[in-house]
Amino acid sequence: MTIQFNDETFRDDYTFRNSDWAVKRFPFPFHEDSYMYSVNMEQHRGGPEGSVYEKRFDVDEHYVSEMKDRAIVLADDPLRCQSLPHMTLAGWDLLELIMVSKSEDYPDLFELHRDGNTWRWINKPLGIDDTFTFLDETTLPFGPMEYITRQSQGDFAVLDQRDDMLWMDAGMVTTQADWSLDFDIGMNFFEWHAPVPKAHEMGIFKRALKFLLNIQQGAPARRLNWTMTVNPLLDTSPENYHKWGIQKTGLTAENIGQKQFLRVELQTFYRLPRSNALAFPIRCYLIAFEDIVSVPKWGRRLHRVIRDLPEELATYKGFIDNRPKMLDYLSQYDDGLPTSPGVWPDLDTEPALSK
Amino acid sequence: MSASPTKAKAGAEKISVVVSAKVPVNDLVTRFEFKRQDGGPFPTFSGGAHTVVEMNDAGRTRLNPYSLMSDPEDTETYAISVRRDDEGRGGSLFMHNFVNVGDQMNITYPVNLFNLDLRARKHLFLAGGIGITPFVAMSKQLDRIGGNWELHYGVRSAALGSYAEELSTKNPNKVHVYEDDKGEAIALEALLNGQPLGTHVYVCGPKGMIDWVRQTAKQAGWPDDNVHFEEFAAPQPGEPFEVRLCKSDRTITVGEHESLLEALEREGVDAPYLCRGGACGQCETDVIRHDGAFVHRDHWLEDEVKASGKKIMPCVSRFVGASLEIDR
Repeated sequence: MTIQFNDETFRDDYTFRNSDWAVKRFPFPFHEDSYMYSVNMEQHRGGPEGSVYEKRFDVDEHYVSEMKDRAIVLADDPLRCQSLPHMTLAGWDLLELIMVSKSEDYPDLFELHRDGNTWRWINKPLGIDDTFTFLDETTLPFGPMEYITRQSQGDFAVLDQRDDMLWMDAGMVTTQADWSLDFDIGMNFFEWHAPVPKAHEMGIFKRALKFLLNIQQGAPARRLNWTMTVNPLLDTSPENYHKWGIQKTGLTAENIGQKQFLRVELQTFYRLPRSNALAFPIRCYLIAFEDIVSVPKWGRRLHRVIRDLPEELATYKGFIDNRPKMLDYLSQYDDGLPTSPGVWPDLDTEPALSK
Repeated sequence: MSASPTKAKAGAEKISVVVSAKVPVNDLVTRFEFKRQDGGPFPTFSGGAHTVVEMNDAGRTRLNPYSLMSDPEDTETYAISVRRDDEGRGGSLFMHNFVNVGDQMNITYPVNLFNLDLRARKHLFLAGGIGITPFVAMSKQLDRIGGNWELHYGVRSAALGSYAEELSTKNPNKVHVYEDDKGEAIALEALLNGQPLGTHVYVCGPKGMIDWVRQTAKQAGWPDDNVHFEEFAAPQPGEPFEVRLCKSDRTITVGEHESLLEALEREGVDAPYLCRGGACGQCETDVIRHDGAFVHRDHWLEDEVKASGKKIMPCVSRFVGASLEIDR
């Protein structure tokens, strides 16, 4: 196989690590030295070779361990995966989309053999070889959405589209940035976005909804979102806040480089064919501060973004209390030199740190 | 971000197809079937979806939306049915007179502005004339997933009832056909009254029929969300008018028989669109200034927005007056 899968944990002893390869391809979310919300959508049709944007569903070195972590979360709390009764067809649409994409994009890892409605799915990294009948739930060990999302990195919201509105009617959510599917299930687009500060006044959600309602078959879209997480925790859910919230108080000047992570979501949007629902995969990437600053451009820029971020946003993203510590650390990696535009590391062209 | 900045083009993705069959259905309606030029499979779609067919009519590009009426699971063939409109702008006449088996054309990926509400306990379809086409696809889809549906279909006469016989024969207990020339009509009040809770009603047909169904349902206390309709407005001809395009920095004239959107496209201005029938909202355009009156024909803008004179839907709406400047 072309990818070496890590054996690592996202809890307890936190052995999660990014290889050099994973650091260089990290989806750094800031294209300039400041940040403000925007709808920032672009088409999702590939990207530079090796980047996380290249394939429809990116598979990386964390795949196998992330799927183990998901299974642990689901065993503790089955309500992390829910699908209202009318969303089963959308679940089959999603299963088809992921199986077709992965088998075409990673033929050495995944195979799909279709003979009419009899499908055989081979997932080599997870050791799965199942034959089932498409559109017949009784032939799979789980519902179609749960079956395929137990084998796919990232969270998945599956949104029904009715009456010019999107509805959170199904999902698999175990790697979330502090939101709850069980709480949001059945809500509409404006209801589940109600907690986000500032964006409403800016009219962002009205524009975003209009854009999403118009995403068509054959033309998927993507955007990035980001926040901060202490320790490489995938499951930062409100349900488990009592377990992870306290960890935010454990940062020190000595450990912040290893313990503070930038958390980036690659959000993609696909119109599903049979159900006309909208699939919304939310893929989470984590990177330690010490790995970010190994890229001089990213170290300079992250310092400036965090320093100048409006207070409401730092509060909403949950790191206002730790911001002074972050700035103490990051300022060591900002020598004041200008940065090149765009998100790429530009390791060959950007100067090394000069202080 | 900007991993690979690819700007979305106007309209949905296109598929190159070959006309594989041209079948007269009756005196007014012809069915066209398409296969992909590359031999690959078509995407599956959801019942109620349409495709926009691109016609090259002696150098003039016509883009007309038609409901897909083939089985949504059939990835080999797409089918549409076109009713000849002798009074119309010419798209349907072009299809009838000049498009033949073997011709190469472009159509768009399926776009659905009239989708099934899959929560419904029962789907009640009301069709008038050529409005039958989306229901052909919807009923096929529901048959596959075990959905409960019923069709009431008004036709001018037995001879002009496209697909009426085929549908009735296949689904004798679900399909009810009403022939105008025999004085038959849907007893709408009683029909709505007798529906089980959780029924959704869908109507596609002439504007008068849509208005009648919506109004009757409202009076009977049906929630708006349970009443679905698809109404494509066709652009209507009108007096030519001039438009100043402020972004493109030029002035163009919209001819009598073309829409503002078509005039923009003729001039090479990349203007967004999807349905071309005033329903989807994609082509909504800001008006910078105007001195005159709008002829709004879309179903997208709210009445107060139409009255404000700040927006126009170039696919179907026109302008009469001294000057108009838009943000294109």
